[in-house]
Amino acid sequence: MSNPQQLRYSKEHEWLSAVEDGVATIGITEHAANALGDIVFVQLPEVGSTVTATEECGELESTKSVSELYSPVTGEVVEANQDVVDDPSLVNSAPFEGGWLFKVRLTAEQDDLLTADEYTAFTAG
Amino acid sequence: MSTTPRLTALDALHRSLGATMTDFAGWDMPLRYGSERDEHNAVRTRAGLFDLSHMGEITVTGPQAVDLLDYALVGNISTVGNGRARYTMICQEDGGILDDLIVYRLGETEYMVVANASNAQTVLDALVARARHDGGFDAEVRDDRDAYALLAVQGPESPGILKQLTDADLDGLKYYAGLPGTVAGVPALIARTGYTGEDGFELFLKPEHAEGVWKALTEAGAGVGLIPCGLSCRDTLRLEAGMPLYGHELTTSLTPFDAGLGRVVKFEKPGDFVGRKALEAAAERAETAPPRKLVGLVAEGRRVPRAGMRVVAGGEVVGEITSGAPSPTLGEPIAMAYVDAAHAAPGTEGVGVDIRGTHEPYRVVALPFYKRQK
Repeated sequence: MSNPQQLRYSKEHEWLSAVEDGVATIGITEHAANALGDIVFVQLPEVGSTVTATEECGELESTKSVSELYSPVTGEVVEANQDVVDDPSLVNSAPFEGGWLFKVRLTAEQDDLLTADEYTAFTAG
Repeated sequence: MSTTPRLTALDALHRSLGATMTDFAGWDMPLRYGSERDEHNAVRTRAGLFDLSHMGEITVTGPQAVDLLDYALVGNISTVGNGRARYTMICQEDGGILDDLIVYRLGETEYMVVANASNAQTVLDALVARARHDGGFDAEVRDDRDAYALLAVQGPESPGILKQLTDADLDGLKYYAGLPGTVAGVPALIARTGYTGEDGFELFLKPEHAEGVWKALTEAGAGVGLIPCGLSCRDTLRLEAGMPLYGHELTTSLTPFDAGLGRVVKFEKPGDFVGRKALEAAAERAETAPPRKLVGLVAEGRRVPRAGMRVVAGGEVVGEITSGAPSPTLGEPIAMAYVDAAHAAPGTEGVGVDIRGTHEPYRVVALPFYKRQK
């Protein structure tokens, strides 16, 4: 499995896209999706709500367990991916693409995220 | 007790297949190889291959083997014919369930008791202790946990797959029957049993033969879509089929009557058996003033109930979830729960499950959730 170079990563296994016009896209990594198994239910933060870096903002439910979803950044949710709500298996099949979760307009700088290489090393350990 | 997990004879093979492993009752077992939903659906529609070598085999032999089993277990083992199997339970003196078991009659005076991995030592100890009762039974209780590997091939295609590898009369082998035979050139006890709600077979083999038989089954099943399957889908398969799991629906604080499985207790058998007195009282209680009943719940929403969550109605706690999962076959979350009798009738409305503070609506249904078309 390879982690795209253009993304940044949290230790809670979320990825963050490059910021464009103040907005970044967030999802969970392939490593996390594989560890969870088949994801069957996704609860995303509501559009308009505020998420805070490292705080819980939703949940991901798989066959065996439920996991909290954390936001890697602080800001306002501007879009939630209805496609993954309708078909949670997208998170398993395309975690870095069609399985993205939500978009945030950043209100604070976030500088302690990992690069792809750092995250790969982090998950190898 | 060592904390190093025990490995089955197929451990290296599972790893070569990329299995996600999990600790289960002290064993390192395959949880899934790929998607657990795909594995589940393969067993429902085609076939799946499982390593169940963690299950605990105990052999009971001797002139009074059957008398010992009739005394130690709640079933009427005297009525099990040679080559047949019986689902039964072993209870405490107070009627509490120690384990649920399958007893195979392998010969005139030879039986194999198959216990859950988590309870195998408890069952072994109980059988050894009970063999000494009242001057002792002329029977030997043998720990055969290391003598067998256990493979299961389950699903509608399983008879066709197994037929390619054995001359045994599979058509004559009924559900809950077992016969010694040869599979892929090695000796095996072939049993038509399982824990999936589908037709299928369980093969008790010498551990050194397990890998060869696994590979032969994989090859024989490749054309009809057989895939390796882990314990994760085994759990959703048995849940859909309404089959209880020890530690969830069955515990020492419940009698078989509490679990809705009073039919396994055979009071009509001659002689005393461990738990008889307490179970007679439990049967009476279940008849006159049933406590909670084991029911099925199907979600209206998509959040999944898990063991230990509370069942609520009208602001009151009326029960507890024992097992829950997203059902691949139904496409909805399902659960088994012990629920107060007043809310236990199929079709009861207004029942919810407290899922992390939110009362999610559920409907009460009769078990099982899924029954195969025969």
